[in-house]
Amino acid sequence: MPDTLPFPPRMGSNAGQPLSRRDGPLKVTGAATFAADNHPEGMLYAVPATAAIARGRVTGMNVAAARAHPGVVEVYTPANRPPLMHDPDEKLGLFGMRMEALQNDSVRYAGQPIAFVVAETLEAATEGAALLAPEYAAEPARVTAETGERYTPERVGFGGPLSVGAGDIEAGLAAAAHRLETRFETPDQYHNAMEPHALVAQWDGDKLTLDTPNQAIVMACGLFAAYFGIPAENIHLRSPFLGGGFGSKAVPTGAQILTILAARELGRPVKLALTRQQMFGPVGHRARTWQTLRMGLDGAGKLTALHHHSTGATSSFDDFIEPAAAASRTLYASPAILTTHDGIRLDTGTPGAMRAPGEASGSAALEVAIDEAAEVCGMNPLAFRLANYAEVEPITGKPYSSKALRECYEAGAKAFGWASRPLAPRQMRDEAGMLTGWGMGTAVFHCPMFPASAEAVIRADGTAVIRTSGADMGQGAWTALAQIGAAALGLDPDQVEFESGHSHLPDAGVAGGSGHTASAGQALHNAGEDAVARLAELASTDPASPLYGTGNAGVLARRGRLYARDDESRSESYAEILARAGKPQVEGTGKGARDPASAETYALQAHGAVFAEVKVDPELGQMRVSRMIGAFAAGRIINPKLARSQYLGGMIWGLSFALHEEAIHDRRTGRIVNADFAGYHVPVNADVPEMEAIMIHEDDPHVNVLGVKGVGEIGITGSVGAVANAIWHATGFRPHRFPVRIEDVLPSLS
Amino acid sequence: MKSFDYIRPASIAEAIAAAAEPGTAYLAAGTNLLDLMKGGASRPDRLVDITRLPGLDGVDRLDDGAMRIGTMVRNADLAHDPAFARAYPVVAEALLSGASAQLRNAATVGGNLMQKTRCSYFADPAAACNRRSPGAGCDARQGENRSHAILGWSENCIATHPSDFCVPLAALGAVVEIAGPAGSREVALEDFHLLPDETPERETALERGELVTAIRLPPDAAGFAAHSRYMKLRERTSFAFALVSAAAFLKVEDGIITEARLALGGVAARPWRSKVAEELLKGAALERRTFAEAATAALAEARPSGDNAVKIELARRISIRALLLAAAGTPSRLPALPGSPLSSQYGDLANA
Repeated sequence: MPDTLPFPPRMGSNAGQPLSRRDGPLKVTGAATFAADNHPEGMLYAVPATAAIARGRVTGMNVAAARAHPGVVEVYTPANRPPLMHDPDEKLGLFGMRMEALQNDSVRYAGQPIAFVVAETLEAATEGAALLAPEYAAEPARVTAETGERYTPERVGFGGPLSVGAGDIEAGLAAAAHRLETRFETPDQYHNAMEPHALVAQWDGDKLTLDTPNQAIVMACGLFAAYFGIPAENIHLRSPFLGGGFGSKAVPTGAQILTILAARELGRPVKLALTRQQMFGPVGHRARTWQTLRMGLDGAGKLTALHHHSTGATSSFDDFIEPAAAASRTLYASPAILTTHDGIRLDTGTPGAMRAPGEASGSAALEVAIDEAAEVCGMNPLAFRLANYAEVEPITGKPYSSKALRECYEAGAKAFGWASRPLAPRQMRDEAGMLTGWGMGTAVFHCPMFPASAEAVIRADGTAVIRTSGADMGQGAWTALAQIGAAALGLDPDQVEFESGHSHLPDAGVAGGSGHTASAGQALHNAGEDAVARLAELASTDPASPLYGTGNAGVLARRGRLYARDDESRSESYAEILARAGKPQVEGTGKGARDPASAETYALQAHGAVFAEVKVDPELGQMRVSRMIGAFAAGRIINPKLARSQYLGGMIWGLSFALHEEAIHDRRTGRIVNADFAGYHVPVNADVPEMEAIMIHEDDPHVNVLGVKGVGEIGITGSVGAVANAIWHATGFRPHRFPVRIEDVLPSLS
Repeated sequence: MKSFDYIRPASIAEAIAAAAEPGTAYLAAGTNLLDLMKGGASRPDRLVDITRLPGLDGVDRLDDGAMRIGTMVRNADLAHDPAFARAYPVVAEALLSGASAQLRNAATVGGNLMQKTRCSYFADPAAACNRRSPGAGCDARQGENRSHAILGWSENCIATHPSDFCVPLAALGAVVEIAGPAGSREVALEDFHLLPDETPERETALERGELVTAIRLPPDAAGFAAHSRYMKLRERTSFAFALVSAAAFLKVEDGIITEARLALGGVAARPWRSKVAEELLKGAALERRTFAEAATAALAEARPSGDNAVKIELARRISIRALLLAAAGTPSRLPALPGSPLSSQYGDLANA
């Protein structure tokens, strides 16, 4: 691939313009090089053998048969796996997980790697793994709520508190005119990024080159390095393109570590590319939750108490509890709010962050519960939400840095035609006679930032290069970040080269938590401004410059020229300034990070409102979402075209959560019975209706310098509830378990 | 994956000779077989590629009015053949309700018949499956079996045949033409797929080395073109196998059904034709009550094989719907969502 990407024909000159993605042509023509497309000379192929049981021990494997298979070079088992410099059972860093790297013969979940075969061809490695024919001492699988071990975790999510609340729940319930208790169950879901977890490892002495998709390129080098006892900077991790990540490609996984180990031991490059089936288990998932909401309501339909409890599933050997109840902390006003969690240990792989971890499952439950509360109060669901609108953040009492949720409700409802919605369910049919229902949900997502850094160089010809290790996983980071950098430099994006996607660049932080644009963007913004300031210093101190005496604060950077702020007839191009100074370039650096003061003072949240129409066959129970409209307020939008795609993608995922996605374990063996795209359903085009994302203007001077909140995950929140509530409105059946199945709605039909 | 021999014969005779050895599989588009081989559920020693054999890709009207479809005709080509779709609109609709556009472009007529069950335990080499490995047991029986059989199953196997295409073929009395070491023969499509009983590993009527060369629709099959529908129920609107499906065909004179055909899909190890229902419908008026009686009769023998009792009711309802829509008349154009209840026309469900 080229080092830098061209911009398509100019549509605008600055941030805020709907530029098309720079890598689009490469991707649609197949020219983009993904990790598994790399074939260095002499490369071997690695295939993990995976456990067919969910708990127990491997008692034997036919290693001799695997070794004897033509083309097989090496077979690693716990008996001969070379030592690692870090114990795979020890967590590494905030985001690190315990992993399986053949440290012993135990099996902790079905699909766990239990051996590792390296061969001259993929076919030989695959057959070698099959020939191992492992024998087991199996113990009963614990994959149901009844068989799992209930426990109280120390933290939820990544280090989050177990319980957060304010006010007296029991008093609030006691004082309520109406009380409601409602329970929900959400399923196991798997990221299923289109691109599998792939890695090509090449050693050169103690230097290591990794081609692997990664969402946190520089951080990941540190983690990989720890397992091999080398400095992080010895690793060159190249991740120019990711075919989706969704949270599953930030930290190393066992099979990747073993691939690097094999490459070192065998002295040849080794490639790993997990199959779809092998991605169900060792690379994280969104785990099941069992949620209960208790609500008290006064006579006017205002909440007097809101208690959201979530029991989250995790593995038997590590902790990642979906912080689902956190969804109730920041959205609706109530004098008493309590959000609590506990856990259940199951014989599954360890869950992890999956697009909107916590918020997705928690919002699904909360938004249905809110609809039930509106029903109890005899109120329109939108009127009910407005009656419980939080003017300041509940629990903390902080003002929002900005909050245009009211405008989202208004614009979304208007575009959808919500005003004509009958209050009662089962009132609407379409022209064919399909039961038709309208539902809504509120979307909310926090606005994290991760430490990031960047550099910007203005060159003698007046063009620039900007650098940060940012990860473009399909969301368009390479385009939006370049727009930010160009804007700060006062250049058109096509005059700026953007170097990104590998680890020998300033650390762009994590592409996660919807915080990449804000974090890496702020670093690029500051780097660009820094470079311009250095240029301004050259000009303003040079008596030969028309800008002499203007001072740093006295110039504007625009279209490759600096202008005196108070007299735009005084200006000079970047090239002229550098030429006179005799310098080949000026360099700037910048950092991005959350300002602790703003986080201390303000509640930082993006908001939205999602409206859905669902059609249900009155006899057969087949359901289809026919319309979806979301209105979102997420601060400043850098690229509305890319942001719209993010919103729509999130809304489609919400639809998928409501109606399609579920990994099903065989309750006896613990194996997932639908671990492929034939069985694990995500929506196809025919399921994705007319949908629109409306962008609500929001100026936020507090959230960060750019005013950017983030758009990557918010679309899921609100959407699950909107679809479920539309199903209720169509049929009178209230979903409490996801995904909603035909047999769930059938009893409510004729 | 396992190494195998690959043979590309020049004639049907060569193909049959090459397939005489045990452990041989014919390879057409491979849309199902290659997946099973990659996953390890199917481990043939040799593949005999029939895609280059001459004379197997015709769609021909025979002198007696029958329609002969070569085994190598691609699903998409058949469904989009205007003359074929006019005469057998439901066969075209069933074809287009299956798989995805890409798969339909590749998958063949014979391959559709020969495709394996989508029972996940069959596809998982680590699971016990009598169909894949005789005597191993059936993990589906006590496992996750929401989509499994409700008719014709045995304690040894509760798998279903997943085809959409075969459902109208069974109803229309299609005949399977077979070539083999002992010469050519014919089997009714209804009898082609075997119910599991004690030998679920015997999936079809084919003997070793035999090759499906064509499917033939009998001369009277086109007589249902005016009143016929295929309806397929599933959660995902497209690219999903049927939870249940039904193909209904009526001949109507003066508001009276003179002949009827009804077959169900997704309910058994074969497409399930109900002659009992067909007899009930013959001579009856086009009334919902009659359709309900026929549907109930079609499922009289049904019983859940696991956590799938709902399929019995759904199969009954999809049969009624298919009959109602057949009575209303075959649409002049294939719906945008073939086979989907969601493509119902104006007022179709007004009284539902």
